[in-house]
Amino acid sequence: MLFPPSHFPSQPLRVVITGAGLITALGRGWKPNAEGFRVGRRAFRPVSLFDVSHQRVKVAAEVDLPELGSEVFPAGRLGRRQLDRLDRAGKMLLLAAQESWRQSGWQSSEPDADQLPLVLGTTSGGMLLGEAYYRQAVQQPSRQRQQATRAVQYQSQLQGRMVLDALGCSGPITVISNACASGANAIGHAWNMVRAGRAERVIAGGYDALCQLVFCGFDSLQALSPTACRPFDAQRDGLALGEGAGIVNLETLDCARRRGAEILGELIGYSTSIDLHHLTQPQPNGNTTVTVMQQACAKAGVTPEEIDYLNAHGTGTVLNDSSEAAAISTWAGRHAATLPVSSTKAGIGHLLGGAGAVEAVVCLMALREQWVPPQTHFETPDPACKFPVVTQPHDAPLTTVLSNSFGFGGVNATLILRRWA
Amino acid sequence: MSRIFVAGMGAVSPAGWDVAAMRNALDRGQPLPVQSLARPGWDHRALRVRLVPTPIPRPEFLAHPRLRRSSPISHYAAAAALEATAGLHAQVGDEALRLGIVVCLQTGCVQYTCRFYEETLKNPATASPLFFPETVYAAPTSHVATLLENVVVACTLVGDSSAYIQGVALASEWLADRHVDACLIIGAEETNWIIPDALLHLDRKAIVAAGAGALCLCRDGTLSSGVELAAITDAHSFTSGRSRPLAAKTMREQLGKCAPGELLADGLGNNPRTDGAEQVAWSDWTGARISPKRIFGEGMMAAAAWQFILACDAVARGQYTAANISLVGANQQALGARVIAGQ
Repeated sequence: MLFPPSHFPSQPLRVVITGAGLITALGRGWKPNAEGFRVGRRAFRPVSLFDVSHQRVKVAAEVDLPELGSEVFPAGRLGRRQLDRLDRAGKMLLLAAQESWRQSGWQSSEPDADQLPLVLGTTSGGMLLGEAYYRQAVQQPSRQRQQATRAVQYQSQLQGRMVLDALGCSGPITVISNACASGANAIGHAWNMVRAGRAERVIAGGYDALCQLVFCGFDSLQALSPTACRPFDAQRDGLALGEGAGIVNLETLDCARRRGAEILGELIGYSTSIDLHHLTQPQPNGNTTVTVMQQACAKAGVTPEEIDYLNAHGTGTVLNDSSEAAAISTWAGRHAATLPVSSTKAGIGHLLGGAGAVEAVVCLMALREQWVPPQTHFETPDPACKFPVVTQPHDAPLTTVLSNSFGFGGVNATLILRRWA
Repeated sequence: MSRIFVAGMGAVSPAGWDVAAMRNALDRGQPLPVQSLARPGWDHRALRVRLVPTPIPRPEFLAHPRLRRSSPISHYAAAAALEATAGLHAQVGDEALRLGIVVCLQTGCVQYTCRFYEETLKNPATASPLFFPETVYAAPTSHVATLLENVVVACTLVGDSSAYIQGVALASEWLADRHVDACLIIGAEETNWIIPDALLHLDRKAIVAAGAGALCLCRDGTLSSGVELAAITDAHSFTSGRSRPLAAKTMREQLGKCAPGELLADGLGNNPRTDGAEQVAWSDWTGARISPKRIFGEGMMAAAAWQFILACDAVARGQYTAANISLVGANQQALGARVIAGQ
């Protein structure tokens, strides 16, 4: 029963990550992404998925999506028809989930595989199918072909069901849509579940695909950069959009040890809050952001001085970055002067509902391989930045890292990860 | 473990802008009138819906800067939230109260989404930047949080109607963790032509309805409206390994046997095909039963909230000692809950 809960651990349980999967414009899987993030590679190119000829901005970080078939998924789990129903977002989600599942070594034959929670963050789910539904409904009102499938598969919980089917398990599906904080919130929610003993293992992450409505939306707000995405640069002029998915498999430390699993890292802190300032703009002085970072640190039992690297939300818009810079400076105090900060959105764009989850996996990579992801194309620091923005690839001894995510509507989320050594 | 109480309820439905209007419509037992809605490309036919009546006079809160240009879903959610927290604000100073909000949606902000996409297809260079932010699922949550002011944490859940009970479970966790003092769970939907058009492909008998429902939960028994949350079942998802009927049956088994003086608030509509799983799961139920969708229509997440609120309302008014709420979603999972007379 979800209420009243039947199990209360006397102490919060330690939560470790034993699987991680991601797909971004840098590639599919850990290796190409780690290689790309390590050197600050940029993956933008002209948009080919829809017509952008009338837009101010014409580039984004598109994913090269492979054909999905039985070489990717175990035979029999997902049929050809099921795979054909998936849109880009669903395919990326499946690929990331499959990679994470394999890395974790979880098996569908395990006793709790029929009650394995899945927590996903997304802003637009199957919006590509929604767009197709709308176009056909308006342009060919009497044509019904594929409309029923689109009406169903458009819903993000169906993409979650497809993940569970592909992995051969069942369990409660939770879909969080807190705009661009969704992916971080999904992982944080999963962390809360495991930590409080409500589940021993949880699959969590975020995903979103590029679609015309969202691209045009950010362009209409003049939020897209017509030059290059340069978070925290004094000359920054907007964000760049990307697409992708990031998934992690979380479990209790006891469970991982019992299984003899390889532990990739430990999730030690999470907090979320809401900024009531404006629907699309953050509070200028970043007060709510300071609070969410402080609360996450308190839960993790660390001080700002113990954070070795901060993966910023850092969209590249004037308002977001100045607010976040102020918040980081306030929260870190004197430690800000030596705290390496970067935004990996400079390389793969803003993944919206996928951003927080992919960036959590990037933090995991940095912890595992002991490097700091740089932002290339960075020239003039914004005077509001009291911290060094990482511009050159370099190795670094990282023990604890922090990742920020903020969304339209004001929801903020902070995750804190620790190296497992 | 903290006990959790219902501190207040609010609703906007095709019956009107409060719980009393909804309760009265349910008591009358007659399906509400249906309106026609034009669909692009249809000259001689129209879609059938149940819309929320225009409030007369216009509520003052709609003059709030955040709500002036927002879409109807935010207005419905805000009205339900204000009604659900009215008693709380009267008893506890706003300053002292840390409020959480969970907003649950299935189709979300469809009006501005369609308007913005229509403009995008015509000429993306002139698509209105005013519409786009209102297309985001999290927009109603943000507007309601700003209106209420004392909100410290918020979350938007998307899913089929069963996600409303997931929202109640999340609120219970926040309360138990002492993260908040009270928490609103809002289910809301608006409609335009695209939702009934889509539903025609899936359930031709269903009539789409718009509105919202809000439940306010608290830990403090002195703030209770006379209802206590007794149980929430596990979420039984529908996957290739677990069919919808099996999920419904398992959910029902977790809620236990029918006892005298208890109510069942179910999610049955008028379609034997879509109702079948829930019908069979509760075939042994011999007690009183309400089926709000048969009166108000297919309000999706709003309908889930109405179900929960009408169950709580009946217990709060002393009509029943307990009520079970059954939500067998369309395509995600089955969840149930039980409330009892309390405090």
